[in-house]
Amino acid sequence: MSTVIRMIVTRIALGVGLLFIVSLVIFWATELLPGDLATQLLGQAATPETVAALRAQLGLNDPAPVRYWAWLTGALTGDFGVSLANNRPIAELIGARLGNTVFLALYAAAMSVPIALTLGILSALWRNSPFDRVANAGALSAISFPEFFVAYILVLWLAQTGIFPSMVRITPSTDFGDRVYMTFLPALTLTLVVTAHMMRMTRAAIINLMASPYIEMARLKGLSPLRIVLRHALPNALAPIINVIALNLAYLITGVVVVEVVFVYPGLGQLMVDAVSNRDIAVVQAVALIFAAAYVGLNLIADVLSTITNPRLMHRR
Amino acid sequence: MGVAITVILGLAGLFAIAAAGRFAARSTLRGAARRAVNDMPLTAAFGILVIVIYAVVALTAPVLAPFPEREIVGTQFEAWGAEHWLGTDRIGRDMLSRLIYGARNTVGIAFATTALAFVVGSILGIWAALTGGWLDQILSRFVDALMAIPALIFSLLLLTIFGTSVLSLILVIAAVDATRVFRLARAVAQGIVVMDYIEAAKLRGERSWFLIRREILPNAVAPLVAEFGLRFCFVFLAISSLSFLGLGIKPPTADWGSMVRENATLITFGDVTPLLPAGCIALLTVAVNFVVDWQLYRASGLKE
Amino acid sequence: MTRDVLLKIEGLRIEGRSGDTWTEIVKGVDLTLHKGEVLGLIGESGAGKSTVGLAAMGFARDGCRITGGTIDFDGIDLRRATETQRRGLRGKRIAYVAQSAAASFNPAHRLIDQYCEAPVVHGVMSRDAAAKDAVDLYRRMQLPAPESIGFRYPHQVSGGQLQRAMTAMAMSCRPDLIIFDEPTTALDVTTQIEVLAAIRDIVRQFDTAAIYITHDLAVVAQAADRIKVLLRGEEVEEAETRAMLDAPKEEYTKSLWAVREFQRPELAPAAGTPVVSVRGVTAAYGTVNVLEDISFDIHAGRTVAVVGESGSGKSTAARVITGLLPPSSGAVLFEGTPLPPSLRGRSREQLRQVQMIYQMADTALNPKLRLRELIGRPAQMYLGLKGRALETRVKDLLHLIELDPAVYIDRLPGELSGGQKQRIGIARALAAEPRLIICDEVTSALDQIVQEGILKLLSRLQEEFGLAYMFITHDLATVRAIADDVVVMQRGCVVEQGPKAEMFTPPHAPYTELLLSSVPEMDPDWLTHLLDHRAAAG
Repeated sequence: MSTVIRMIVTRIALGVGLLFIVSLVIFWATELLPGDLATQLLGQAATPETVAALRAQLGLNDPAPVRYWAWLTGALTGDFGVSLANNRPIAELIGARLGNTVFLALYAAAMSVPIALTLGILSALWRNSPFDRVANAGALSAISFPEFFVAYILVLWLAQTGIFPSMVRITPSTDFGDRVYMTFLPALTLTLVVTAHMMRMTRAAIINLMASPYIEMARLKGLSPLRIVLRHALPNALAPIINVIALNLAYLITGVVVVEVVFVYPGLGQLMVDAVSNRDIAVVQAVALIFAAAYVGLNLIADVLSTITNPRLMHRR
Repeated sequence: MGVAITVILGLAGLFAIAAAGRFAARSTLRGAARRAVNDMPLTAAFGILVIVIYAVVALTAPVLAPFPEREIVGTQFEAWGAEHWLGTDRIGRDMLSRLIYGARNTVGIAFATTALAFVVGSILGIWAALTGGWLDQILSRFVDALMAIPALIFSLLLLTIFGTSVLSLILVIAAVDATRVFRLARAVAQGIVVMDYIEAAKLRGERSWFLIRREILPNAVAPLVAEFGLRFCFVFLAISSLSFLGLGIKPPTADWGSMVRENATLITFGDVTPLLPAGCIALLTVAVNFVVDWQLYRASGLKE
Repeated sequence: MTRDVLLKIEGLRIEGRSGDTWTEIVKGVDLTLHKGEVLGLIGESGAGKSTVGLAAMGFARDGCRITGGTIDFDGIDLRRATETQRRGLRGKRIAYVAQSAAASFNPAHRLIDQYCEAPVVHGVMSRDAAAKDAVDLYRRMQLPAPESIGFRYPHQVSGGQLQRAMTAMAMSCRPDLIIFDEPTTALDVTTQIEVLAAIRDIVRQFDTAAIYITHDLAVVAQAADRIKVLLRGEEVEEAETRAMLDAPKEEYTKSLWAVREFQRPELAPAAGTPVVSVRGVTAAYGTVNVLEDISFDIHAGRTVAVVGESGSGKSTAARVITGLLPPSSGAVLFEGTPLPPSLRGRSREQLRQVQMIYQMADTALNPKLRLRELIGRPAQMYLGLKGRALETRVKDLLHLIELDPAVYIDRLPGELSGGQKQRIGIARALAAEPRLIICDEVTSALDQIVQEGILKLLSRLQEEFGLAYMFITHDLATVRAIADDVVVMQRGCVVEQGPKAEMFTPPHAPYTELLLSSVPEMDPDWLTHLLDHRAAAG
C-alpha cells in the first residue's frame, strides 16, 4: 500500500510543479512583448508622462521575479489585481462568472458522460452493426462541426419555436430550476460536441480490451456476455474510461468559451474574450490561470484514479 | 424546411457523383492506385470529392464570384433573389461572393498554419527521438508544460500579447499546434528508432541525416499524413472559432467564421443565411475526417 | 482397449477473413478422440491447429467462421447446439489452456477468484468448496505454497507457475476434455519440463481426454497417445505416437526431423589468433551488472554457440562486441588489437569487420527499402561500389543466398516469406565482407524446414569465405547442428565453455547438465526416465 501512497503523493507533487511552471509561462508571456507593456497599451502617441504613470501603476518598475511573486501570491489568495480596462478588481469580475461557468460545464458533463459511455459501450459490443455505423458517422460529423454551428442550429430549431430561450439572462438570484431551463441550450450544445468525442474514445478503449486473451479465456469458460463485460472487461476498462472522461471534461473548459459568446452567457469565457479584444492582459492572465489550473487538476485526478484502479500498482510483487 | 431539403438533396447528389467517380476510377486505374481505390468506402470518395471542389473554388474564386469580395453592392440584409442569389450581408456585400472568397481566405490560412506547425513540430519531434538524452528531455518537458494549458486558452493569451493580426494569428496557432505535432512525431519516430533496422544502420556507421532521410522518414510518412489531416481540422476549427469570436481574421476580408458572427442576428429571425458559412466549415471538416478515417483504417488493416 | 468416442469431428471447414474476402484456413479435417485419450495436434504456424482446437469447443475466433463439417461432442452436435447449450459445456465439460497464461489471466482478479468462477457459474460446487478444491489442485500441480498462491494477482506469479495455475483452473470442473494450446511454448526449457510433467500427470490422474497443440514434436511425444500432423489446414498423417516417431510415412512429417539430422563435420581444435576475443568483460545497464567478467574467443572458420535462457546475458555480450554497449571493464580484441569500446570511436573499417543478423527479419529490414538498396548499401558504403559494379555485386549476393536476382532485386521485404527475409539479412551482412557475423537467434522465429535451409546456407557460406560466427541461441538442437565451440551462460556469467564434443559429453557443470537434460528428445519415455533419474539423484 505504501508504494501506492508514495506514487500518488509523487503525482500530486508533479501536478503542483506543473501548475507552477504553467503560471510562469502565463506570467512570462507578457515579457515576450516587443517593447514595453505600458507603451503597447497606450499606443505610440502616448506622452512619456502617461507611460511613466502607467508603468508605476502596473508596478512595471520592479524586476520581473518580484512582480511574478506578487502576482502568484496574490492569485493564491484570490487577489488577481485590477483590470487594465476599467480598473475594477479582477476578483470581483470573476466572482459570479466562475460559478456560472462551473455550473454550465457540470450541467453538460452530467448529460454527456452517461450518454457517451452508454453509446460507446453499446457500439463497441455491437461492432459493425448498423447501430455502430450510424453512431460512428454521427459522432464523426459532430466532431467536425464548429461549436457555433451546432449552437445556431439548435437556436434555429429549438429557440425559434419558443421552447427554450436563445439568450441566457441569469443573475445570482435566479433559482436552480430556472437556471437549468435557461441554460439548457448552451449545455446541450456542449453535450453534443463532447459526447461525440467521448463516445469514440470509449468505443476504441472497449474494443481494444475485448480483443485481449483474457476475454477470450472468459468466453471459453462458458460465461455469459453480461458477466464477461461486467466482471472481466469493466474492471480493466476503468483506467481508460477515467482518462476519457477527464480529457473531455478538460475539453469542456475550453469549449465553454465559444458557447458562452453565442448564448451571451455571463461566464468566464465571455469575460476572457472581451478582455482579449480590449488587450486587458491582467484579466486574460487571471482567467487563463484558472482554466489551466482546472485543466491540470482534472488530469491529475484522472491520473490518481487510474493508479488506484490498477491492480498491478495496488498489489506489488 | 425548404433549405433542409435542399441541403439533403445536395449532399445526396455529392454522394452520387462520388460513387460514380469511384466507379470510373476503379475501371480505369491500374496497380497500387487501383488497390487503394478498391477498398475505398463511399464516405472517403465523398470526402475526396468535397476537398477537390473546395480546392477548385479557392483557386478560381475571382472567376466564380459574381461580385467583388469587399465592395458594397446592395442594401443591407437583402433577401435571396435573382441578382444576389444568397442575399447581402449586414452592410450590403454579396453573400455568395464572400462565401466563395472565404474558401480562399479561411482554408488558405488554415492550410498555411498547419503546414508551418507540421514542419516545425515534426522535424523537432524526429530529431528529439533520434538523439535522445538531454535534448529530448528538455524539448519534451517544455512541450509538456505548454500542453498543460488548454490550446484555445493559450492561443487567446498569446493573441492578447501579439495583437490580433492575421500574421500573429498564423504564428500563434502554428506554435500552439506544433506542440501537438511534436508529440506525435516523436512518438512515431520512437517506435521506428527501436527497430532492429535502425540499430543495423547505426552499426553500419550511418550518420544522423541518412538515418532520418532513408530509414525513419519513409516509415513515418503514413501516420504523419493522416495526422496532417487531423491537425488541419483542428487548426481550421480553431481559426474559425477565433474569427467567430472576433479575434481572428477580420472584415472586410471574407472569412467564414467572422461572417457567421457579423450576420448572426438574422438567425433569431429564422433566416438560415448566416449558417451557410458555418456549414461550409463543417462540410470541409467532415470531408477531411472521412478521408483520414479511411487512411487510418488502411494503415491499421495493412499491418496484419 | 478401445474406449467410447468422446469427440468426433468430420469434414471440418473453417474460413478466415482478410479484408473483405474469406479464405479457407481449415480444409476438411477429421478427428476422433476417445475418453481419457491424449491427441497431439502438431504443425507449423498457419497449419490451423489452434483453429481446430477451438472448433472442438464449438468456438470460432472473431474473423473466423465454421463453414462445414460436424462437431459431435459426446452425442451433442456443437454446430447445431444453441449458444446457451455451448456455453453450458465450455469450462464445465470442455476446458481450455492458452499459450500465454500471463495474458490469459484477467489482471484485475486474484487467481483463486478466477479459479472459482467456472465451478460456481456452472453450478458444479459452491464457492467455498471450489476454493478448497483449488488448494488441492494447486498442490497436485506442484505449485509452491498452494494454500496462499491463490490469493495473488496474476502479475505477482511467474510464467511457469501461471501456466500450471491455468491448468488447475481448467481442471476445476473436472472436464471430460481439455484443449492445451501451446502451453509450454513461451517458457524456458528448464521451466518447460516442469510444466509438461505436471500437465501430463494431472491429465492421467483424472483420466481426462486432451488435445495437445504444439509445433514441437519432441514435446508432444511425451504426453500424447496419438499424434496428428497438420499442414496448411489439411491432415498429413495420423498415427500412434511410437509408430509416428519410429516410422513417419509422409515426406512432410520426415522433414520435421530434418534439422536435428543436419550436422556439421567435427573440426580440429582452434589455433592461432582469434578473430574476436572477449577479455574479462563486465557490462551494466545503469547500475545493474548484466555481464560479469566474461571471456571467450571466436576463431576464423568456426562457429561459437552462446547458449543460455532468457536473461542470461547472451545478447548483451553481442551488444558489447558490436560497441552498442561499452563495457565497464575488460576489452574486446579484434585480431589481437583492442577495439574502441564505443561504436562512435570505431573506424569504418573496424565496423565493417563485424556484422550482425537479427532474430526478427521483419524488424531488421526497413520495410520501405527495396532489396537493391538494402543489400547494396553496405557494399556502397564500405567498398565504394557504384553504378554497374554495385548492381553486379547485389546480384552476386542474391545468387549466394539462392534467390533469383531477376525476380527479387526490386522487391520490398513485405513481398518475401519469413525464410527469404532472413536470407536477405544474411546477404546484407555478407555485403560488408566481414570477418565475424553475429547471429542473434536467427532461426528461432522460423518453421523447422526453413530453419534447416538457413543453417545449411550459413554453413556453406562459412566454408566458402572462412567466416567466424557467433551464434546466439537458446535451442540446444541448433547448437548440436551447427556449433564448433560452445559457451554456456547463466545470469551474466560464463558457466562452462569448450569444443562441442567436450561439451556434449559428461561430466558437465551442474547448470549445463540441467540445460542439456531439459531438451525434449524424440522418445515418448524421455520425460519419465528423466524425472526418475532426477528423483534418484535427489
